[in-house]
Amino acid sequence: MIEIDALTKDYLELTVVDHVSLTVADGEIAVIVGTSGSGKTTLLRMINRLIEPTSGTVKIDGQDTRAVPAFELRRRIGYAIQGHGLFPHRTVGQNIATVPTLLGWDKQKIAARVDELLSLFQLEPAEFRDRLPSELSGGQQQRVGVARALAAEPRLLLMDEPFGALDPIIRAKAQSDLLAIQKRFGTTIVLVTHDMEEAIHLGSRIAVMDKGKLLQYAPPAEIIARPATPFVAELIGTGERPFRLLSLGKVRDLVEPGPAQGEPISADASLRDAYAECLWSGREVLPVIDADGKIIGRIRRDDIARRAERPQ
Amino acid sequence: MKPGLIIRLVILALLVAFIVTPESFAWVFQPLTKNGQPAIYTQNSLMNLTLSHLTIVAIATIASTLLAVGLAILVTRPFGAEFLPLSRSLANIGQTFPPVAVLALAVPVLGFGTAPTLVALFLYGLLPIFENALTGLTTLPPTVTEAARGVGMTDRQRLLGVELPLATPVILAGIRLSVVISVATATIGSTVAASTLGEVIIAGLLSNNIAFIAQGGLVVGVMAVLIYDALSALERVLMARTGQRRLQS
Ligand SMILES: Nc1ncnc2c1ncn2[C@@H]1O[C@H](COP(=O)(O)OP(=O)(O)OP(=O)(O)O)[C@@H](O)[C@H]1O
Ligand SMILES: [Mg+2]
Repeated sequence: MIEIDALTKDYLELTVVDHVSLTVADGEIAVIVGTSGSGKTTLLRMINRLIEPTSGTVKIDGQDTRAVPAFELRRRIGYAIQGHGLFPHRTVGQNIATVPTLLGWDKQKIAARVDELLSLFQLEPAEFRDRLPSELSGGQQQRVGVARALAAEPRLLLMDEPFGALDPIIRAKAQSDLLAIQKRFGTTIVLVTHDMEEAIHLGSRIAVMDKGKLLQYAPPAEIIARPATPFVAELIGTGERPFRLLSLGKVRDLVEPGPAQGEPISADASLRDAYAECLWSGREVLPVIDADGKIIGRIRRDDIARRAERPQ
Repeated sequence: MKPGLIIRLVILALLVAFIVTPESFAWVFQPLTKNGQPAIYTQNSLMNLTLSHLTIVAIATIASTLLAVGLAILVTRPFGAEFLPLSRSLANIGQTFPPVAVLALAVPVLGFGTAPTLVALFLYGLLPIFENALTGLTTLPPTVTEAARGVGMTDRQRLLGVELPLATPVILAGIRLSVVISVATATIGSTVAASTLGEVIIAGLLSNNIAFIAQGGLVVGVMAVLIYDALSALERVLMARTGQRRLQS
């Protein structure tokens, strides 16, 4: 658990982060969104003390972060830096192995972990392990950066725009991989992004920042339904609101018994995808299939549309 | 093998052959002599002079590298940061000082012999290395140094594991400049009785023997070019190895 209390950073006259307080429970993903220069990176880096706060405290599992030497604190916290920050003189494998090596893991365990992570991020270990970062594409570098942050299986992970340079397909894959990893290890994650879609998809809670202040910190559904300020509403995009709501729901939630014609949709697809399919194929109802391909019922367009209405 | 490399190897072979058996090249220098002057300098063996010349340069350069890199590390640490602007301007002023002047100033203090030459080479060699080490250590990509902190490296681990390896090619460029200046400047050391190849040139000047001047100058010049070349190649390899630039094919 991370408890941030009245955290503030001043540069001379300028207050970059202004009395921000928020708590991230174990196994939650807190996503920080906001315009460029709103203080997201600064807030994130005060958590692992890359930046020393002017005032305020950060506690991790109840312990003040100032109670341990900064380098020890940072070895326990995974950090995927904005713009990857790979060590150019070290191979991909050595980069990923950085924290396990600092922690003194044995060689075999490190090698196994490196290969495991490379495979997880769709990078063939034999092909990529011994390359230098300069021999990778931007998106590959970024994935290696995330792999490095995950290498020592940290319970807490800080990520600064980790998927910024990825194409939509790899990005979606990286996001679902992250969710899978997060579920498996119960990792607590604080993630910064510019992309509202990503925030809603990944976040258990979303923190909206503007000019150093935390405007709202709430689950995605609430941020969409009840934005605290006009700025928050604008960030979500007023025209996007119904679709953002739909993207939070799953087809499974609205399945009913009954027949339907045509191409079926997966029960795990988002309501947004289901709605898009209804519109595109001109159908009122869609058959719904389970993960093993069995038809389990149908979903109605009207029911989906009702879910897109502003919650009361 | 590339033609450039072959040419370099041939030049190196010729240089070594000349240094080992200068007599067999007498016919080359004969046309430069007049009135039956000797074509080859024989007072001292050319090989001994060359070795002594290179030894002086090597000792001076190693000493200046250690001190210059050490200082650069100190002033780029947080506690030394106050001295950074001062040391930087000292380094800049120092480089405008001609090496001969340093030599002239060292003699009254240290007397004649190898010592003032070593000191002059050492002092003059400091400056390019220091300047380059500063550049190398202060222009590292910020995301990389931040990442080094972020993964939990200690100050020492960052310096030895990230900052120095990445700055090495730039530091090496400073060493290269310094060595080349020293190889040339060591020649002047003979005027204060150091045992260097300058001896051959000075003997030529005193006896008005152009052959001596040419062979002394040639050996020094060719050595300087070959060393410069070899260090440049090493730099390119290091740049590629540290992923800062791809190897040119
Ligand atoms: N060392 C510093 N000195 C002075 N001002 C700084 C410093 N570091 C950051 N700032 C300022 O603090 C503000 C917040 O910076 P920060 O990097 O936290 O923004 P951000 O929300 O991460 O932006 P982006 O989305 O562009 O990454 C910016 O206005 C920036 O100019
Ligand atoms: Mg940022």
